[in-house]
Amino acid sequence: MKPLELIDVIPAAEQTRRQRRSDSPCFPLWDLLDKVCDPEIPALSLWQLGVLQDIEAHGREITVTITPTYSGCPAMTAMAEDITSALAAVGYSEVKIETRLSPAWTTDWLSVEAREQLRGTGIAPPLTTIKCPRCESVEVQLVSEFGSTACKALCQCSRCAELFDYFKPL
Amino acid sequence: MAVDKKLVKDYAIRLGDDALVLGHRLSEWCGNGPFLEEDLALANVALDYLGRARMFFNYAAELAADGSTEDTYAYTRDCRDFGNLLINELPRGDFAFTMARQYLVDEFSMAFMQALCDSNDPILAGIAEKARKEARYHLRRSTDWMLRLGDGTPESHDRLQQAMTDIWGYTQEMFEVDALEERLIKAGIAVDVVALRQGWSARVSETLAQATIEQPRDDWSVSGGRRGVHTESLGHMLAELQFLQRAYPAQQW
Repeated sequence: MKPLELIDVIPAAEQTRRQRRSDSPCFPLWDLLDKVCDPEIPALSLWQLGVLQDIEAHGREITVTITPTYSGCPAMTAMAEDITSALAAVGYSEVKIETRLSPAWTTDWLSVEAREQLRGTGIAPPLTTIKCPRCESVEVQLVSEFGSTACKALCQCSRCAELFDYFKPL
Repeated sequence: MAVDKKLVKDYAIRLGDDALVLGHRLSEWCGNGPFLEEDLALANVALDYLGRARMFFNYAAELAADGSTEDTYAYTRDCRDFGNLLINELPRGDFAFTMARQYLVDEFSMAFMQALCDSNDPILAGIAEKARKEARYHLRRSTDWMLRLGDGTPESHDRLQQAMTDIWGYTQEMFEVDALEERLIKAGIAVDVVALRQGWSARVSETLAQATIEQPRDDWSVSGGRRGVHTESLGHMLAELQFLQRAYPAQQW
């Protein structure tokens, strides 16, 4: 039986983002950028993370719109560079990266699939109940409000003693 | 009502200055935190502030349209050009002082960013929407520290009490409005900080009471940051923060 909290409720902003992708005339580029992942959480693509917002092509000029996860996330620069080089690799040399701040990024945009992928790599996904990604126990303790990256907190399972990252709901 | 872009630019710069200066103070803890997790946390909060500064400065540069970049504002202006609130530039002190300042600023920041979300300026509102979410997290953490230090050991209690006493007179300035802000408030762009005061005071009083910390009396206050009149600490900080760009102008990583 599927746990109740995994029902996929799609927020309006995420609905719009998915619509933008399915309506986009440059669908091969979206597929191409599916291979670009978060440098610090390689389990997720920038699309799955909700960072990749839009792709527009004007002839050979490509404009990619991204939304930052945290204001000071040092990975944002790496993400922009990775997008540029992925597009350059297939011959698009004029790539402009635009940043969109509003609507602000939220972990609500992560799909059920993306959450499962996080869990698979040992990171507890952003849910109100924190579960140990190893033994699924809910008896966990918050060790630190900040973990290995700005978007994660550090937790420890009281049952199996696993120390794990928890992707914070934002 | 059309508003001169220069006013909005100046407003964005002072908000960027607040974030840059406090972010730098927090970053000074990197490698010096009382324990590893706290070291990470302070560095992460510092990064959020640095990110906030970059968003405000980038917007200011866009409005200025004179070739300025975010770095122009961060690295090539001197003390008198900085418009940050004085509370943000005070030296980091001990851990109790750092957290006392952080708590008082976080309470302010939370309410401020919430209000700035309703700004008529869509970019400022967008930055605020981002910052508000982070401020909530920062506040939760700093409130927790108020309780742990205040209601902890006699030593931690005394240090926090001392920090509050030393810093209290700098909180008044957060609620002052100058001519620039008056004009922008009329245009629905800037936050009317006067309106935030009551809520701030009530929340701070409640937390201090819970932390068994005596609320200092409002018998002294200083201000001047918004008009470029700073404490001597800012100059020392800028000397370090700007050293590389001053010594090697336009140097890139």
